[in-house]
Amino acid sequence: MPREVDGMSLLMETEGMGVRPSLDGCIKCTICESACPYAAVTERFPGPKTVGPQEERFRHGPLSADWSVDYCSGCGICSRVCPQDVRIAEINSRARAQLKEQRGIPLRDQLLARPDVMGRLGRPIRPLFNWAMGTPLVRFPVERVIGIHRKAAVPTVAPRTFQQWARRHPRRPAQDRVVYFHGCSTNYFEPRLGRMVVAVLEHQGLAVEIPQQGCCGLPLQSNGNFPAARTYATRLARQLRSAPSEVPVIASSTSCALMLKREAREILGVEDPALVDVSQRTYDIFEYLRDLHEQGRLKTDFVPVELTVAYHAPCQQQNQLIGKPALDVLALVPGLKLVELDRDCCGVGGTYGIKREKYEISMAVGAGLFSDIKHTAPDLVLCDSETCRWHIAKATGFPVIHPLELLHRAYGGH
Amino acid sequence: MTEALECQLLVIGGGSTGAGVAWDAALRGFQVILADRGDLATGTAGRFHGLLHSGGRYVVRDPAGARECARENVILRRVASAAIEDTGGLFVTTPLDDLDYADRFLAACPAAEVPVEEISPAEALRREPRLTPAVRRAFAVRDGSIDSWKLIWSCARGAEQLGARILPYHPVTAILRDGDRVTGARLHDLRSGDELDVRAECVINAAGAWSGRVAQMAGCEVAVRPGKGVMVAINHRLANCVVNRCHMTGDGDIVVPSHSVSVIGTTDTPVEDPDDIEATAEEVASMMAAGDVLLPGFSRSRALRVWSGARPLLPKTAAAVGDDREVSRSHAVIRHAQRDALGGLISIAGGKLTTFRLMAKDTVDAACAELGVEKSCTTAETPLPGSTGSNYYRLPDHQADFEKGRADNPMICECELVSQADLLEAARVHPKGQIDDLRRVLRVGMGPCQGGFCAFRIAGLLHGHGAYDRTEANATLRAFVQERWKGQRRVLWGQQLRQARLDTWIFQGVLDIEHLPT
Ligand SMILES: Cc1cc2nc3c(=O)[nH]c(=O)nc-3n(C[C@H](O)[C@H](O)[C@H](O)COP(=O)(O)OP(=O)(O)OC[C@H]3O[C@@H](n4cnc5c(N)ncnc54)[C@H](O)[C@@H]3O)c2cc1C
Ligand code: SF4
Ligand code: SF4
Ligand code: SF4
Repeated sequence: MPREVDGMSLLMETEGMGVRPSLDGCIKCTICESACPYAAVTERFPGPKTVGPQEERFRHGPLSADWSVDYCSGCGICSRVCPQDVRIAEINSRARAQLKEQRGIPLRDQLLARPDVMGRLGRPIRPLFNWAMGTPLVRFPVERVIGIHRKAAVPTVAPRTFQQWARRHPRRPAQDRVVYFHGCSTNYFEPRLGRMVVAVLEHQGLAVEIPQQGCCGLPLQSNGNFPAARTYATRLARQLRSAPSEVPVIASSTSCALMLKREAREILGVEDPALVDVSQRTYDIFEYLRDLHEQGRLKTDFVPVELTVAYHAPCQQQNQLIGKPALDVLALVPGLKLVELDRDCCGVGGTYGIKREKYEISMAVGAGLFSDIKHTAPDLVLCDSETCRWHIAKATGFPVIHPLELLHRAYGGH
Repeated sequence: MTEALECQLLVIGGGSTGAGVAWDAALRGFQVILADRGDLATGTAGRFHGLLHSGGRYVVRDPAGARECARENVILRRVASAAIEDTGGLFVTTPLDDLDYADRFLAACPAAEVPVEEISPAEALRREPRLTPAVRRAFAVRDGSIDSWKLIWSCARGAEQLGARILPYHPVTAILRDGDRVTGARLHDLRSGDELDVRAECVINAAGAWSGRVAQMAGCEVAVRPGKGVMVAINHRLANCVVNRCHMTGDGDIVVPSHSVSVIGTTDTPVEDPDDIEATAEEVASMMAAGDVLLPGFSRSRALRVWSGARPLLPKTAAAVGDDREVSRSHAVIRHAQRDALGGLISIAGGKLTTFRLMAKDTVDAACAELGVEKSCTTAETPLPGSTGSNYYRLPDHQADFEKGRADNPMICECELVSQADLLEAARVHPKGQIDDLRRVLRVGMGPCQGGFCAFRIAGLLHGHGAYDRTEANATLRAFVQERWKGQRRVLWGQQLRQARLDTWIFQGVLDIEHLPT
């Protein structure tokens, strides 16, 4: 079986810019190994230099045999720190997909890969689902049979989806329009967040369009199902093109934003024109608000918020290479005491940390962050990524919210 | 001090030919001693391109040679499978190649017994996505990749198990004569400094490109002319099968996957001295440019190392001198008894690695005639130690082995995934092995960092385990670093230059290798 290179990606490869050829840059400096939070805590993961540029030289399609690459969480820290621009996390991601293709994807990973399906199935039996997931008696067999760790945080399904709310939400006419890409988690598990995003954007005088939209395919990608992930990403990009091409697309889920901005193209190699177009005008919500502020267009009619909050920037957000825009914007809120938690990763890695065999690793990775939080003892913890919020809340017992919720409160919302 | 040993056949030269002769002769029940001036496989056979010929490269210009390759290809897959990767090969017509040649190529294959199948350009691109999209015709053949180190060592080990003695680092300094008979040779033990006389009923000169010199020691002539060929290794595989240009012949027209790298080659320049074959900057530049014809972007890939080998070329006339028995057009067995009236000496010259078994057979047949015995060759039916007839190696197998022991087995060579246990085992089997000798067994130091991260670990570890004393550890480390440096000198641009800088900081900055105590 040949490697997947076609069209644009082939050109990239021959120009030495593709994912695999980037391994040529590795000079073994070991910087990535020192930075990888996962290799630091488990013997099962040999580290980014090893599974990335080194093992890649020995991979040969379906014959490849280094299962330990499955212990890479895909957090992307290695790619960010490599001074030689080796696309380590991307190499690993492709290798994982190849291995899964050979071995078959376990039922659990198929489930975790489809939050939209879980959300849809969970909703009609919501009380049962939510009760079951909160009950140790049920979680034991779930761990045994499905492989989701009994202590791992799982979200609760909301009574009404965000889309149901959005369909009835009156559209406010305005000259400047934005498209809101809410993601699956907002739709099924945290519709509250979506409503606040709309409120904050409308407060800026913007018309918010909320097209019907599916999953971005990221969980499929990280669970190794590339073909389905490509289909999802492309379909989503087409749905988000409901508005004309200059309208920005605003995302409140960091991982989904990263998928649209970079990963669908760089890891999955999707070159669909709709995706290319959308990827170039997708913004993280705080990235967009910070831009507004820089243009002097952000409303600053804040009420003081007398709270101490600790902010954790999730890795997918840092991989967007936009700094920490939530900190920049929240710094405008009077009364707020902002503590930056300077840790790379909370350990959950999307769906990584809820898997039975990886839960302990995930907790060990997050240990530093958790103890920082306990020392800071904030009123609230802020984090832009949903899976990270659930994980941190479960591990520390502190309330964890999206920074946008806090901003919403600062604008006087409840 | 001069020691003495006795045997029936003394084989001079531990390349593919000499090791093949030792294996063949040992199987026929001869007592054999094999001597090389260096480690086994350090002559041309250890510096070759790595192709198990399908015969495709010769079908048009040398159908007999092609047929020989095709037949040996089938036999070696049976008896030497553990040294072979069944990559398959492609011959492709690029826009620079004559379309008519493709017709001639295809037409010539059946007569030469070379299995061939024309495939569509689209299919060729599906199999090898990095192949030039401009490919016009494509033919699939049974080319393979062959590891000469594995091959030669398994011949030597097989012979040893049958009672042969293997003497690496024993250059022959004189041929011993008694009137018109050769009676043996004098060897110089490089490790102890002692002289060693070996008495033999028959001496086989299998010194490849050096066989003229060995013959000279006996006062005879073997007219091999060394031809230099240059190869460049690229950091990772750009293609997983062998890719050839479908044309008459030319420099840099074939890329062979060899373990984790792609190797492009080669050239052919006559040289005087087979030890003076360093590649020039122009030759390297021409290889890199030629690679782009087959695999666009080749020249932008990271080149790791350059090396060259000396072909033991046999001028057409050489085989015809005197009573030579011309066995094939590509190699010749010379019975000096018949040609020079000097008994007990046989020279074998020319040939290819792919035909080494046939060359060995022809040579040992001649030795049987010389000694007046009748023993028939069984190498075509007898698998070499480690080979089962189907256990071709595959690139990721090594990864799979490594994966098993990963947790409790520290990695020594990161580029080639060599563990501490592998290293200690190899050092046990090769007790006096220099790091460079271990390289040929384990491939340590062959990857992108060219020993930058493994050499000092190996020296330190083996010193700790008592394999080297302090002086030996420091000396072998220095020699190894120097040797790796030699191969990189010509490719110091881009990423490899960065690597070389980092390696230099490690060896000169951190370890101050030039001032280590001796
Ligand atoms: C650049 C190049 C690429 C090639 N590629 C291929 C290929 O892809 N496929 C293929 O089938 N063939 C290939 N060949 C041909 C093939 O490599 C050679 O024909 C074959 O390896 C020769 O093996 P040998 O044992 O005869 O010679 P060698 O391997 O040179 O062995 C001769 C040995 O004699 C030893 N020796 C010399 N002097 C003395 C002495 N005084 N005392 C003791 N020992 C001594 C040397 O150290 C050496 O080890 C290639 C050749 C070249 C040059
Ligand atoms: S940081 Fe980059 S160059 Fe350094 S070891 Fe890791 S991959 Fe190689
Ligand atoms: S992506 Fe994250 S877990 Fe994976 S190797 Fe890189 S740093 Fe480690
Ligand atoms: S990454 Fe986002 S859109 Fe994609 S699955 Fe998550 S929640 Fe759905």
